[in-house]
Amino acid sequence: MERFIFLTFDGLSRGAVYAAFALALVLIWRAARVVNFAQGAMAVVTAYAAYMVSDAVGSYLVGFLVALVGGLLLGALVERGLMRFVGHANPLNDVIVALGLVLLLTAVVGIIFGGEFRAANQPFDTSAIEVGGVPLMSRYDLFIWGTVATIVVLLALLFTRTAVGLRMRAAAFAPEVSRLLGVNVGRMLTLGWALAAVVGAVAGVLILPTELGLHPHAMDIVFASSFAAAIVGGLDSPVGAVVGGIIVGLILSYVSGYLGAALTPVAVLAVLLAVLLLRPGGIFSGVRARTV
Amino acid sequence: MSTTKVRPARSPISRFVTPRPTGPRRGSTLLRHLLWVAVGAVAVYFVSYGIDPFRNYQLATVAAYLCVTAGLTMLTGLNGQLSLGHGALMACGAYTVALAQNEFSDRGVLGAWALPVSLALGVLVAALAGALIGVCAARLRGPYLAGVTLAVALVVPAFTTRFAGLFNADQGLSVYVDPAPAALGPYFPPERWQAWIAIGAAMLSLLIVANLVHSRYGRAFKAVRDDEVAAKLAGIHVARTQVLAFVVSAGCAGLGGGVLAVISQSVSPSVFGLTLSLNLLLAIVLGGLGSLFGAAWGALLLVLLPYLTTQVTRGLELSPGLANKLEGNLPLAIFGLTLIIVMLVAPGGIQDAFRALGRTVRRRF
Repeated sequence: MERFIFLTFDGLSRGAVYAAFALALVLIWRAARVVNFAQGAMAVVTAYAAYMVSDAVGSYLVGFLVALVGGLLLGALVERGLMRFVGHANPLNDVIVALGLVLLLTAVVGIIFGGEFRAANQPFDTSAIEVGGVPLMSRYDLFIWGTVATIVVLLALLFTRTAVGLRMRAAAFAPEVSRLLGVNVGRMLTLGWALAAVVGAVAGVLILPTELGLHPHAMDIVFASSFAAAIVGGLDSPVGAVVGGIIVGLILSYVSGYLGAALTPVAVLAVLLAVLLLRPGGIFSGVRARTV
Repeated sequence: MSTTKVRPARSPISRFVTPRPTGPRRGSTLLRHLLWVAVGAVAVYFVSYGIDPFRNYQLATVAAYLCVTAGLTMLTGLNGQLSLGHGALMACGAYTVALAQNEFSDRGVLGAWALPVSLALGVLVAALAGALIGVCAARLRGPYLAGVTLAVALVVPAFTTRFAGLFNADQGLSVYVDPAPAALGPYFPPERWQAWIAIGAAMLSLLIVANLVHSRYGRAFKAVRDDEVAAKLAGIHVARTQVLAFVVSAGCAGLGGGVLAVISQSVSPSVFGLTLSLNLLLAIVLGGLGSLFGAAWGALLLVLLPYLTTQVTRGLELSPGLANKLEGNLPLAIFGLTLIIVMLVAPGGIQDAFRALGRTVRRRF
């Protein structure tokens, strides 16, 4: 029972990170109808930058800010410099270009920092907080939950309460009409990518200390898990992404706790297939008319 | 009562139907492709005698990749299914061949037929895995399919670690391969023998894929890719067509993986990671999606580019640390950059560029 409780809390904090990462995927999907397969590689780049800076300066906060700014710049750069010029004749083009970006970014990180694992230091001590003799979570888990909750609330406020958020939703929903009404659709798209990259960068910085550390391919499995999370909730639903993240986090935590950590990728594949074959639109999808 | 003759209006469909250029091709497609294969085999026979063992090894690796890219270009280029899991399917073939070969040598079963049987087993296992994925893939589209096959690519190390007793985890297995037959003489280099095996496999998969592409199945593949609803209305079973494409392409991947295991005489999960799958995708995009000649260009580049970059970095006299970092990563960085540039500038790839060049030349003269 003690183990179950521990795994549940571990799953919740994993799930929080997957939720943030899935939210980044959903943001770009809603804005541009593109699944950003380079999200993981972009998060690796910002995470390396963050931890190198925080090691050099000696302050975790500075590293965290570097990740935020780096994500913002990288996201805007990828959209402005690359994705905008991809032809849409074939729906696979976006995916292929994003995968090319994955190859390029991970290889560049490997050239600069080498292929071995590097430690990613946690800002807090790792001892668990015990409640009634049962170890529940570390301070770091609390930090993860707090950060992800802040992100979710800020995004919700941005999209529902501000003029920019309204413009972004309009640009995604009806690009031609919003262009006629004076919305700069291209700029909204860039902003969407930049925001998504920031969220992805934060998720990367948060999850790496709890895994093996920094590695050019450290985010591969995180990307697959978060993609599964986004699919569970439905690629179109931000609320679904958060719920899907928690669900996938819990499943993966139980699988790696009871069956062995090596089986995590198999569990990701199983979750993906189960959802896509049984309920392709995600658990939050309504009935959709089929268009021909 | 009007007597003006109404000219039959040109059917609007005729705009979309290109008239046949020069009448049907004479002769049987199978015979034509067999002729190509025979010419290729003879050419390779002489080439393999003319080059040193290391070049023969490279030639064999190109042929192994060609098995896979031929199948993958059919799946992605002609059927429109993007698979990032072909590295994992290659692993299926490679591990099956490794286990079968080692089992044969342990039992003392030797003979010329042992290797073909292991390779056939590898193809079978990969095709079965492909059928499993293909049945799921037939219900998925675009990014969803890419995401699922990406998860498939990540599963390989999980399996080798979980069943470490069988697959020996990260170390992998060594593969027992019979030496070249004694009839070829005592000094016959093993690399040349392996090159022959690999080329034979590549010719076989090229022949199968080329015939399939030119058959009614190939036309069904393209119809499904271009418009599923129209294909369905034309009486094509969409899901069955997609599964067939996936199974054939998985079988080719299994053959390529098995041949790769025979050439390198070892298999380990690190070889068959996500990077391999991305490289295969690069190869077919760079060569030209859907073209078998493009698949050959891609397979050639997969072997040639890492080799060339290694030669260049060795010539630069770098510090050992930096050289070590560049060794595996520089080719990948170039691959990634090339993939992006090709997609933006010339989505048709190398083969399309050649075709355009040929058209220009013909128009001029």
